[in-house]
Amino acid sequence: MSHTHFEPETVPPGWSHRHLLDLERLSPEEIRLLLDTASRFKEATGGCRQKLSVLAGRTIVNLFFENSTRTRTSFSLAARRLGADVIDFSASGSSLSKGESFIDTAKNLEAMGIDAVVVRHSTPGTPHLLAQRLDVGVINAGDGPHEHPTQGLLDIFSIRERLGNLTGITVGLVGDIAHSRTARSNLWGLVKLGAKVILCGPPTLVSPRWRELGVEVSHNLDAIVPRCDVLNLLRIQFERQNTRPFPSVREYAHLYAMNKERLKRAKKDLLILAPGPINRGVEVTADVADCPQSLILNQVTNGLAVRMGVLWLTCGPRGRAAGVDVSSRLPSVGRVA
Amino acid sequence: MHQTLVLRNGRVVDPSQGIDRIDDVLVRDGLVVAIGPAETGTDETIDATGLIVAPGLVDMHVHLREPGREEDETIETGTRAALAGGFTSVACIPNTEPPIDTQATVEFIHQKAMRADTCNVFVVGCVSRNREGKELADIGQLVEAGAVAFSDDGAPVYDAELMRRALEYCGMFDKPILAHEEVLELSRGGVMNEGLVSLMLGLAGMPAAAEDVMIGRDTVLAESTGGRLHVMHVSTAGGVGLVRMAKARGVRVTAEACPHHFTLTDETLRGFDSNYKMSPPLRTAADVEAIIAGIVDGTIDCIATDHAPHSPEKKMLELDRAPFGIIGLETAVGLSVTRLVATGRISWPRLIEAMSTLPSRILGINRGTLRPGSVADITLIDPERSWQVDAKSFCSKSVNSPFDRWTLRGRAVATIVAGRVKYRLT
Repeated sequence: MSHTHFEPETVPPGWSHRHLLDLERLSPEEIRLLLDTASRFKEATGGCRQKLSVLAGRTIVNLFFENSTRTRTSFSLAARRLGADVIDFSASGSSLSKGESFIDTAKNLEAMGIDAVVVRHSTPGTPHLLAQRLDVGVINAGDGPHEHPTQGLLDIFSIRERLGNLTGITVGLVGDIAHSRTARSNLWGLVKLGAKVILCGPPTLVSPRWRELGVEVSHNLDAIVPRCDVLNLLRIQFERQNTRPFPSVREYAHLYAMNKERLKRAKKDLLILAPGPINRGVEVTADVADCPQSLILNQVTNGLAVRMGVLWLTCGPRGRAAGVDVSSRLPSVGRVA
Repeated sequence: MHQTLVLRNGRVVDPSQGIDRIDDVLVRDGLVVAIGPAETGTDETIDATGLIVAPGLVDMHVHLREPGREEDETIETGTRAALAGGFTSVACIPNTEPPIDTQATVEFIHQKAMRADTCNVFVVGCVSRNREGKELADIGQLVEAGAVAFSDDGAPVYDAELMRRALEYCGMFDKPILAHEEVLELSRGGVMNEGLVSLMLGLAGMPAAAEDVMIGRDTVLAESTGGRLHVMHVSTAGGVGLVRMAKARGVRVTAEACPHHFTLTDETLRGFDSNYKMSPPLRTAADVEAIIAGIVDGTIDCIATDHAPHSPEKKMLELDRAPFGIIGLETAVGLSVTRLVATGRISWPRLIEAMSTLPSRILGINRGTLRPGSVADITLIDPERSWQVDAKSFCSKSVNSPFDRWTLRGRAVATIVAGRVKYRLT
């Protein structure tokens, strides 16, 4: 397989962050730069299959306070494809179960001379707190229901790969918006790149208050399906729900599962995404998950590309001209009302 | 041999007597003797020119943590913080370990406070035995031991029937119930106000309704029993409205607001800092405005801090594991002056009324006045002093304040308890 050569020596000047904490605080230009970088790595590695050495000598730690298989594997593989060393550190079996605080755990790893941590945690903002207290790069691999920036980026990457441009397209995010970090990262990324976003689900999972951000909110999937160019079907996060937001799975599927009937009323070239792991029969029926419009498996490959891009931009060597922004861009003092 | 003290030429603000004028205050043997020109030749004179001379400030909502959580605060450190903040009296909330629900624990607090020899400590007793919300504590005996009010704060009195009985029973002693208003099912798992910001951050929310529904219940119960209800730390516009309506109906209800609730909004949580996590949570700009309006029109009677010390290792946990609460004794005057007086929203007499006269009246304690013959608890405040908050220099044992590094206007410069100068800003 032939592919373009791309072995950059320094991070481009358009990128100044050591961390990737969320998409909300990135500019459209920075998001495009991330996507472009991912795209070049995908080409340069023959579809993410070959190895480069641009991060040789760097050590990246997967610090997972919450279980994950696919995201951690994807980050590990992406780091290795760029030549970095990878260490997995999961909360179970570590000193965390002995009562050590998350900050002390991370500080210990930092003292071992690592370059970046890829953090997953069940509490929103934990990567942000680590970024303030550690002197290494912090990449958010999912913080509770807050954000999952690389998932958002890979969804957008997959759409962009198919459609070229996001300006003016309509994307429906369907399902458990309340508990979905993927939804939030998609929302920010899509809006910043000029797409129209519709959030769809029952009011117990899709608050009407999202309208205050200028996005459309619908509680009727049948009404929005014909208008969508892309549907992203988000998993119902049973494990994060305090009280059941709908009467039964059967009723949920009746109202909100993407099935063959609904697909018939959609645009012919509708793209279907699902960040996985998918609950077949809940958000999406099997026939739709496996239909030609489904990008579900492309998403997995693109996840590698996006994570290569992110690791390179946050951990790669800086050119002389590029200033390094060491702050995590959080407000340091509270705002007065 | 008499001991005399003159506070010379200050702006004497005493709402209990309707006084607001430049004058001297003469103190002898721990009591106020007169407000009026004092002769020279006293033992001690403080030049109060340019200062507010007010009856000692009273904070009716303070968690001193002792007994049981001395790593966060002790009676000694907490009352030193109170003095440094201009408070001559605090009411300590009984969610200690063990909770203050026996005469012995009340006695313990009084002993410790006497030994600390700082400011006055008035004891709030538990509404329910062991603070379990199941049956009434021995309220009559606690009253005999000196408890001035009753509260299960930290948690609401959840059982409506128990709350009804408590209001009836405390009514017999004319003691108020200080109520933490929260419907727990509605706020369960929450770490911040439920709203657009919590939605964006993916943090579980505590809706305003959780507070409002409970205020509604308790004002109705106070109305039907004739008992005295004091609504603690009102944080919502809806809550202010419910208290206002209840007062209009003649219900015996009073209310307090905390400086953080009229200063900060839930936007501050965007930094994920647990020093912005408290219960009730920081709300929206509209709620902040409603609370200030409530203070202006008197719906909210007084300002209290809900001083809630937590050691750094507790507050440094993930946002959902970190405990609720911030300290407030040493920033309350600065925040209140900066946010309410310097902005022209309330007058100095109204501020002193909210921080001294009314909390004293609600607790039924013989403080909050400079009437001749009363205990000479006096606070001198420099109304113009601009200063920077420095958590490291706090007297409190804890530093969990979101106001560190803030520049504030107005500060207590001397705190006098029973005629003795207990704190002087150097």
